[in-house]
Amino acid sequence: MSGTGGGGNGNGSGPRKRIVAVEAYCIGCRLCEINCLVKRSRSRKILKAFRRERDAVVPGIRVEESGHVSFALQCRHCDDAPCIAACITGAMHRDPATGAVVCDESRCAGCWSCVMVCAVGAVRPGKKRKVASKCDLCMGEEMPVCVAGCPNEALRYEER
Amino acid sequence: MTANGRGPAPWRRRDEKDIGGCAISGILSEEGRRFNGKAILESIATMRERSNGLGGGFAAYGIYPEQADRFALHLMFDRPAARDAVERVLPEYVRVPHEETIPTRPVRGISSPPLLHRYFVEVRTEILGEDEREEDAIVRLVMHINSAMEGAYVFSSGRNMGIFKGVGYPEEIGRFFRLDEYEGYLWLAHGRFPTNTPGWWGGAHPFGLLDWAVVHNGEISSYGVNRRYLENFGYRCTLRTDTEVIAYLFDLLLRKQRLPLQDACRVLAPPFWSQIERLPPAERQRLRTLRIVYGGALLNGPFSVLVGHGGGMIGLNDRTKLRPMSFARKDATVYVASEEAAIRRVCPSPDEVGLARGGVPVLGPRPREVSLA
Amino acid sequence: MRKWLVQPDFVVERDPERCVQCQVCVRQCANDVHSYDAEDGAVLSDSARCVGCHRCATLCPTGAISIRQSELEFRCNSNWTPGLIRNLYRQAEGGGVLLSGMGSDRPLKVYWDHLLLNASQVTNPSIDPLREPMELATFIGRKPDRVAYARTDRGAELQTVLEPQLELPFPILFSAMSYGSISLNAALALARAAHETGTLGNSGEGGMHRDVRPYAGNMIVQVASGRFGVDVEYLNRAAAIEIKIGQGAKPGIGGHLPGEKVDAAVSETRMIPEGTDALSPAPHHDIYSIEDLRQLVFAIKEATRYGKPVGVKIAAVHNVAAIASGCVRAGADYVAIDGFRGGTGAAPTVIRDHVGIPIEFALAAADARLREEGIRNRASLIAAGSFRSSADVVKAVALGADAVYVATAALVAMGCHLCQRCYTGKCNWGIATQDPYLTRRLNPEVATRRLVNLLRSWAFEIKEMLGGMGINAIESLRGNREHLRAVDLTEAELEVLGVKAAGVGA
Repeated sequence: MSGTGGGGNGNGSGPRKRIVAVEAYCIGCRLCEINCLVKRSRSRKILKAFRRERDAVVPGIRVEESGHVSFALQCRHCDDAPCIAACITGAMHRDPATGAVVCDESRCAGCWSCVMVCAVGAVRPGKKRKVASKCDLCMGEEMPVCVAGCPNEALRYEER
Repeated sequence: MTANGRGPAPWRRRDEKDIGGCAISGILSEEGRRFNGKAILESIATMRERSNGLGGGFAAYGIYPEQADRFALHLMFDRPAARDAVERVLPEYVRVPHEETIPTRPVRGISSPPLLHRYFVEVRTEILGEDEREEDAIVRLVMHINSAMEGAYVFSSGRNMGIFKGVGYPEEIGRFFRLDEYEGYLWLAHGRFPTNTPGWWGGAHPFGLLDWAVVHNGEISSYGVNRRYLENFGYRCTLRTDTEVIAYLFDLLLRKQRLPLQDACRVLAPPFWSQIERLPPAERQRLRTLRIVYGGALLNGPFSVLVGHGGGMIGLNDRTKLRPMSFARKDATVYVASEEAAIRRVCPSPDEVGLARGGVPVLGPRPREVSLA
Repeated sequence: MRKWLVQPDFVVERDPERCVQCQVCVRQCANDVHSYDAEDGAVLSDSARCVGCHRCATLCPTGAISIRQSELEFRCNSNWTPGLIRNLYRQAEGGGVLLSGMGSDRPLKVYWDHLLLNASQVTNPSIDPLREPMELATFIGRKPDRVAYARTDRGAELQTVLEPQLELPFPILFSAMSYGSISLNAALALARAAHETGTLGNSGEGGMHRDVRPYAGNMIVQVASGRFGVDVEYLNRAAAIEIKIGQGAKPGIGGHLPGEKVDAAVSETRMIPEGTDALSPAPHHDIYSIEDLRQLVFAIKEATRYGKPVGVKIAAVHNVAAIASGCVRAGADYVAIDGFRGGTGAAPTVIRDHVGIPIEFALAAADARLREEGIRNRASLIAAGSFRSSADVVKAVALGADAVYVATAALVAMGCHLCQRCYTGKCNWGIATQDPYLTRRLNPEVATRRLVNLLRSWAFEIKEMLGGMGINAIESLRGNREHLRAVDLTEAELEVLGVKAAGVGA
């Protein structure tokens, strides 16, 4: 296996910001899931995305709920990521800039080893295409859209 | 009919508030040496441009030495009947050993003066209430005449001092009242630039009560607060002028409540909270207490005032210094005026010249606490 | 049985072009207005349940929802208005006393809107608050008429020591909103915002929850007729104590917290059983006359060793000036007057809408009366009862208030949409509720930030208005009615307010 950052668990070297959920403030509205879906869609427009791509896109964030307690859960971008270790093609790798764990879809074989091995259940099978789907910290955006779009500031983007 | 027979005096007490105008000057001999009124006339004449001829006046101290113990009441009347009415009321409060018409001379520019008369009076002690002193009785008498008696107005009520004022440029008023024939140790002068129509001689400055004479340049934006505050203590502000509240505030703080002079000035023009916070603890506590207790006496808005009293003169600017005041000293004489030119005209080479600082009083005589009976 | 006569107040409109069936509205409406039909794949709305709180419309990511007044229109009738008719239907179907939340919405004159402020020109320069000091510092408490000196050889030494004062950075405090009527998150946010800006909040008659105690130094605690939560530690913890005699929204009756809003924490803080209605008695049963009030004032002063101001809050009624004077003579360090438009979590609608007088008159009358009697210095006046903007605050100070209490404005800043259904305990914004599903919706950090923003922006605006009037210290505005002019008021109204008509000069 070769390639930049492929294989093994390299440590990120840049500023490591992570998404943190504040359970007390989550209102269970699921706008985070909606915003993530829109961001990952091709059209990036909510009306079009929901009409055409709702069944094709899997959001990288999911709200867990029990009674009145709820919070949003996504990939923890673990330092010691089991999904990277389990990946048979090296598609799952760590981005050196942010330290985030990212799936290179062009290499993903759709074996779902990562889905099975994730303790948090943060990796999910894609719907239309057979690739693993998970949070990538909205690579390229100043702030992940789930954080920016939470109406009650129940998600934070902080150095960890 | 007026004294010179020319039709009814323009006696119009407006309901609109008078805006203080615009030239003041004061000369004090710290040694109490009496000097001629010509000096103050020259000084105020220098600032003719600051007035518009619609009001001028003077206060002179030490001018009645042979009657120094009596209160010299200066009154103006719009008709003889008003004078008769007042003369019926006076004996209820005072004895009048001496009275006379105030001497005047005709001056071009001064027209339709009211009847002008002065009474040298002694308070009948039997009419004094409990805890009342002679001054309180005189104040009562003045308030009564000025608020209740039609066509009569007391414009001076101090001892061994007098206010002379009317409608005209100050130097003309000064010549009209023959001030060059008087000698006093303290002279104040004022020239007015009113923004409402004048006509009433009583509206000019100085405004006086007892020994206090106030000349004022500015507009007090806290007038509504100050007036209601003074009403708590029994003062009736009938004239709708800023100058009236200033005079009453000085009377309240200094004569009735006996605050030290510096504290009284700091009540009227206090330092900013940000300045108070930086003071040493004892000073800070003192100023905090004063400011919290006397919020209603704070004078807000631009002002430059000169206050005369038996013991001297106080010059004070508002704390943001929005009106001019220069002062100078030569030997034992203190000069204060709106413009330095007005001082240099009568004192070409003073020992010391400066600009008054916002909120810091200029005092003559030099600070040692002035005792005010 | 269905209440046939009661028809919806609002119509929920969903734009089919914009609705993407994301179901945020379904999840967020506490009144179950919206639902998802899986079979048809559509979100449906039952307008009958809608209270007009706009929660759904605010969160909808596509802006697909709008809420309109019900279109079921009656024949025009100026006497039998739709509101009155609907209230009759509700009473006919339900029996009982109709309740409302928040302040009276009746179309009486709002006198603040008839008062206009002055500005300086030519004869007196206005002051620029960005470049010059502009002082809003306000002191609430008893003040002497004069100071006393001791003449020593060092000069005159100031002897006067002031009675306890509350020092505020600007003339605004948060009015009483009881924990119980509002959620803990809301109460916390108010306390924190008060702490952060240096002003004070008011616990209302709900007692003080332990989470609020760190901010007790910025809190006034209330001793109301129900004495909820009152013990000696409660009194001593706070910055000041307020005896609540009355409230503007419901003069003559006591506070009212429906049982739905009394959960375990409220029960513990108020010291009452869970689920019971907290109905405060109408009078304090130990205050039947003014001398009884004086006893209570001094009992509290003794209990707090005279270290804190003790105030009295009264509702604005016809005789408010005399009552205020009585309170001052009973030893109150401040008198808070709550006017007709004051808000509440729950009040009988008829009382809210028909009892009491507007604060503008009450304030003017009380201020004038205290001055006439020469006792204005003995107590500060705090005005309450619908201050909607910084301009209302400035006008109140000009009429004579030392400071104003704001409550409704603070709640609106936190997200309230004035749907007036606070008494149901189903506040969708997490403010007037104890339901744990709903209280989460008010993030106290966000709410605190919004409240601080509100106070700071009002403080700046007040400075601008003062500067425009040529004033640089709030003392010079307090009671300065010369800076007010009125439009469209009767002679009698002008006289009570002590204000001249616009066009009349100084």
